[in-house]
Amino acid sequence: MSLLDNREPEPAGGAPAALLDPMLPRRFRIGHTRQDTRDTYTLELEPVDGAPLAYLAGQFTMLDAFGVGEAPISISGNPLVPGPLEHTIRDVGVVTHALITAPAGAVLGVRGPFGTPWDVSDAAGGDVVFVAGGIGLAPLRGAILELIAQRDRFERVVLLYGVRTPEDILFGDELRTWAKDNGIVVEVTVDNAQHAWRGRVGLVTQLVPRAGFDARRTTAFVCGPEVMMRYVASALVDRGVRENRIRLSMERNMKCGVGLCGHCQLRELFVCVDGPVLSYDRLAPLLSCR
Amino acid sequence: MADDVRVLGMDGLQQLVDVLGARGYSVVGPTVRDGAIVPGAIRTVDDLPRGWGDEQDAAHYRLRRRDDDALFGFAAGAQSPKPVFFPATELFWRGRRTGEEFTVNQEGPEADGDGIGPYALLGVRSCDLHALAIHDVVLLGRNHVDVRYAARRAGTFVVAATCAAPGGTCFCASMGTGPRPDAGYDLALTELLDGGPHRFLVEVGTPRGAEVLDEVETAEALGVDVQGADDVAAWSVAHMGRTLDTEGLKDVLYAGAESPRWDDVASRCLACTNCTLVCPTCFCTSVEDVADLTGDVAERRRVWDSCFSEGFSYIHGGSIRPEIRSRYRQWMTHKLAAWVDQFGTSGCVGCGRCITWCPAAIDITAEAAALRWTPQPTVTT
Repeated sequence: MSLLDNREPEPAGGAPAALLDPMLPRRFRIGHTRQDTRDTYTLELEPVDGAPLAYLAGQFTMLDAFGVGEAPISISGNPLVPGPLEHTIRDVGVVTHALITAPAGAVLGVRGPFGTPWDVSDAAGGDVVFVAGGIGLAPLRGAILELIAQRDRFERVVLLYGVRTPEDILFGDELRTWAKDNGIVVEVTVDNAQHAWRGRVGLVTQLVPRAGFDARRTTAFVCGPEVMMRYVASALVDRGVRENRIRLSMERNMKCGVGLCGHCQLRELFVCVDGPVLSYDRLAPLLSCR
Repeated sequence: MADDVRVLGMDGLQQLVDVLGARGYSVVGPTVRDGAIVPGAIRTVDDLPRGWGDEQDAAHYRLRRRDDDALFGFAAGAQSPKPVFFPATELFWRGRRTGEEFTVNQEGPEADGDGIGPYALLGVRSCDLHALAIHDVVLLGRNHVDVRYAARRAGTFVVAATCAAPGGTCFCASMGTGPRPDAGYDLALTELLDGGPHRFLVEVGTPRGAEVLDEVETAEALGVDVQGADDVAAWSVAHMGRTLDTEGLKDVLYAGAESPRWDDVASRCLACTNCTLVCPTCFCTSVEDVADLTGDVAERRRVWDSCFSEGFSYIHGGSIRPEIRSRYRQWMTHKLAAWVDQFGTSGCVGCGRCITWCPAAIDITAEAAALRWTPQPTVTT
């Protein structure tokens, strides 16, 4: 019945079990902090012990500002290219503020990587639609770069990106490169803008019906606020994309990242280990329930 | 019924405590403190709640004097042995910052000063033993292991006790988790108060249990002893204060996510978190960072948390479950339904503590029954 019932007692006061403790952070040094928009920054981290962090696009880490706390942050870098560990962070709370204001050279704690990846290779042979809302582009960046590295394995590739204002557009230079050199149809829309903006104004969901892709052989990767993802998934389904070909990256409160603390539960799912990337056919019945 | 069955007298029970102590175990069992039965250190049989019984009902708990010398004559205590292995607050690490650098030192269970066992549980009830097995699955049986729980839990010796006095809120018989211990013990006691000598039928569950019992004075179990223990268990089954119909319960909860019943229970629930604090299977925790005034010395602690707190589900922009109806639904749906999908068993062992300790007398068995019979709203999209 129990795993441990038949173990012989160990001497009292002995050393704690020499098991790997997932709650202990590794140390990474900030190499460079780049300001992306007015409130969003990308941190490039180097491992103090020299051992790089292997990860898959879509996974996240728990980033730790010493003495302040931890926050779950998606990795925004290219998993195929060795280099600094990248996280793109919006300055919205105590921990994120401490992270983005830490000087170059400061050491941060990193636990992970945790969670399920996008697995963009699974979409090979068909069309791909990325849909991002705001900072939601950051977790998708690794998957987009992974796709670009093997672009000829995919048919039509579309990125639909909605942000509040033109000033909030992330990775602007890269968006242009992806459109110009990498065969990705990039459509950007903003919620509101000044006169200088010549692009689209409106919700990202409005881009779904007229985006050119063959719904029956499309895989969609969606990341943004939950309400946006619900409407996008629903629009994709209306367009004919199968529910099990739509993947969403879910956000929930996370304290441990390893399925032990219970905070991120979505009915039977532990978002930190069963997700954050989950297919819409599993999520659909759970998303409307508050 | 185990093959190896013996009879233990009061002297024998003291010897058992002594033998366990001599073998290096910290013996933990039921004690009376602050007007309630709670887990505590057992050095002699006199530390046990001799002659104490209890009255339990929704929002009601009182100790009462029994008219006999029963050592285990009460129902589920105010707290299960959960905190022995899974304390309410626990140190993860201490760290020091120098300039822009910092170092952290992993802290094990000994850092909190209460030792790491090995523990011997004396008189643990079948409901709590099932809860312990559930915690083993949750905290040790998956991809990531709670290393501090593993250290505390290693080598635990279990002396279980058949429940002879189920309370008004008990329903282990409905959950298939009691009242008689059926697995997970080294030794299982059934206290016999049948007019004969005050004694215990002892069932041996493991070779280690037999080895320990060999060092203790025991007598052969007679037919009357074996029958007496069966009678105790049968009496307890017949005197459960509550029942819970588990037939199709997972589907009832999943289908009832939008039931108006949640509004009804939310109008009574205070979101005080008592139920989760006394539940022997609730495992949710948070982490707290505490730094000194300079910010250079910090420690991270894990603390029990509850899905009833508003902050529990907070993400940037607000709480996922701002309303009490959502939080009560989360707790009950997890406990009785999602738990089955996650871990293969119900998360409820029928100990009744959440009913007893709810200041608003909310009864999980009544809520489950009400949900079963409340018509579903028509879903419009």
